[in-house]
Amino acid sequence: MDYSLKVMDHFSNPRNMGSIENSDGVGEVGNAKCGDIMKIYLKVENNRIADVKFQTFGCGAAIASSSMATEMIKGKTLEEAWKLSNKAVAEALDGLPPIKMHCSMLAEEAIHEAINDYLKKRGLETWDE
Amino acid sequence: MLLLIHNCEGVSVTTEKKTIYMDNSATTPVRKEVVEEMLPYMTENFGNPSSIYEIGKISKHAIDKARKKVADALGSEENEIYFTSGGTESDNWAIKGIAFANRSKGKHIITSSIEHHAVLHTCAWLEGQGFEVTYLPVDKYGIVSPEEVKKAIRDDTILISIMLANNEIGTIQPVEEIGKIAKESRIYFHTDAVQAIGHVPIDVNKMNIDLLSLSGHKFEGPKGCGALYIQKGTKIDTFLHGGAQERKRRAGTENVPAIVGLGKAIELATAEIEESNKTLLELRGRLVKGLLKIPKAHLNGHPTKRLANNVNITFEYIEGESLLLLLNAKGIFASTGSACNSFSLEPSHVLTACGVPHEIVHGSLRLSLGRMNSEQDVDRVLEAVPEIVQKLRNMSPLTPKEYRTS
Repeated sequence: MDYSLKVMDHFSNPRNMGSIENSDGVGEVGNAKCGDIMKIYLKVENNRIADVKFQTFGCGAAIASSSMATEMIKGKTLEEAWKLSNKAVAEALDGLPPIKMHCSMLAEEAIHEAINDYLKKRGLETWDE
Repeated sequence: MLLLIHNCEGVSVTTEKKTIYMDNSATTPVRKEVVEEMLPYMTENFGNPSSIYEIGKISKHAIDKARKKVADALGSEENEIYFTSGGTESDNWAIKGIAFANRSKGKHIITSSIEHHAVLHTCAWLEGQGFEVTYLPVDKYGIVSPEEVKKAIRDDTILISIMLANNEIGTIQPVEEIGKIAKESRIYFHTDAVQAIGHVPIDVNKMNIDLLSLSGHKFEGPKGCGALYIQKGTKIDTFLHGGAQERKRRAGTENVPAIVGLGKAIELATAEIEESNKTLLELRGRLVKGLLKIPKAHLNGHPTKRLANNVNITFEYIEGESLLLLLNAKGIFASTGSACNSFSLEPSHVLTACGVPHEIVHGSLRLSLGRMNSEQDVDRVLEAVPEIVQKLRNMSPLTPKEYRTS
């Protein structure tokens, strides 16, 4: 795969890799059968993402997308984080090979899952696309 | 050899150490002796072999000589060897050529589920043309059972196509037995021997083979050149129509330098089988033993009935493309059966057919050894892989606690 330097950087030195104990929201998407699983952990304070970590099973693009997406939502409000699109993640990585675009989709979906998990735990209504 | 690793932005970084190429089942470098033989046929001896004047005759003689070398390597007659553009063309020609030439006799073809795509996709296309294909299953080692072949034979079966050795897991098939069954039933038997040349001694008569595909670049010959062995008397259609080359069966001006190279390469590879297998087996043993020390690592394919140069191991909880990228960064070049590394996004059909669970099929690593690999190379791979596997396992949500280090 011909990946951009940014992708290779985020893949080789992933930011926010790991898990958060007692996290406020967790989102997991993808499945092992397809070869991609992304799990995102959120710590929320005052409606802002105080901390975020990820664990990813997948290719270079999946790992780089997780790393970049978590960087982009750190410190943001939940509403802002919700709006992060897969396109924005791919652009921030200086592009992904067309066949790998679904990897950035996983990041967007994992963030949505994690936010909704947080809302559910707080007894709040979950958000739709 | 230090190597610059390029990325799509044209930026390159030098690897710290000598690069290690362990993807010899993908392709091999052309051997120096082979290049030397080829060179004159690109410059001074450029004549068209179909021309009657002197430099044309030189080219024609060179092709004859190469044909003899291929025939000797297979135990066949010279006039049973046809040069092609490679393994894919040979497979296409053998299967389509037999199918259409014998369709008045029947429309049924038997093959296996672990064949190369050049065979599988050809068969799938023939299904669209009204032929019927049985794709035989394999056992967990990737072996086709001769009994199953026998059972699959119908009155209208016209061709059995089973590979000699598998490209992903290196499993060597009981070709001689399958050939015997085909012969007894008077059905044509084709084998894709692309991975086997230079590793498995071949005798087409003893092994009851009617058609055999091979490809030059897998045994240190040039790319873009292969051959199809067609036993005399076989009823097969012409694949490429045009001039009278290759006994009017495969038209097109011959790729003389490549054919000369293929001849030299097969001569050397065949002469060195025993010696080379001895070295490769030692390296393979060391590699497998070392890699299986990693927890939750499994050897794919048969422990002994496999190519001497093939290692294929699955590591649970991780994905193969990531593994290859991190190995590449260390100057180690290998291959995987992961979907993420393919343009089809489908995981390896070979590992799937062997029953490797979907969940772990993505974590496979194929290391295929070659003449250039040394014990030091193996040791460096054994140093790099565990570290990389651990790094990826620490990153993966699938990894149980006991296999994490952070």
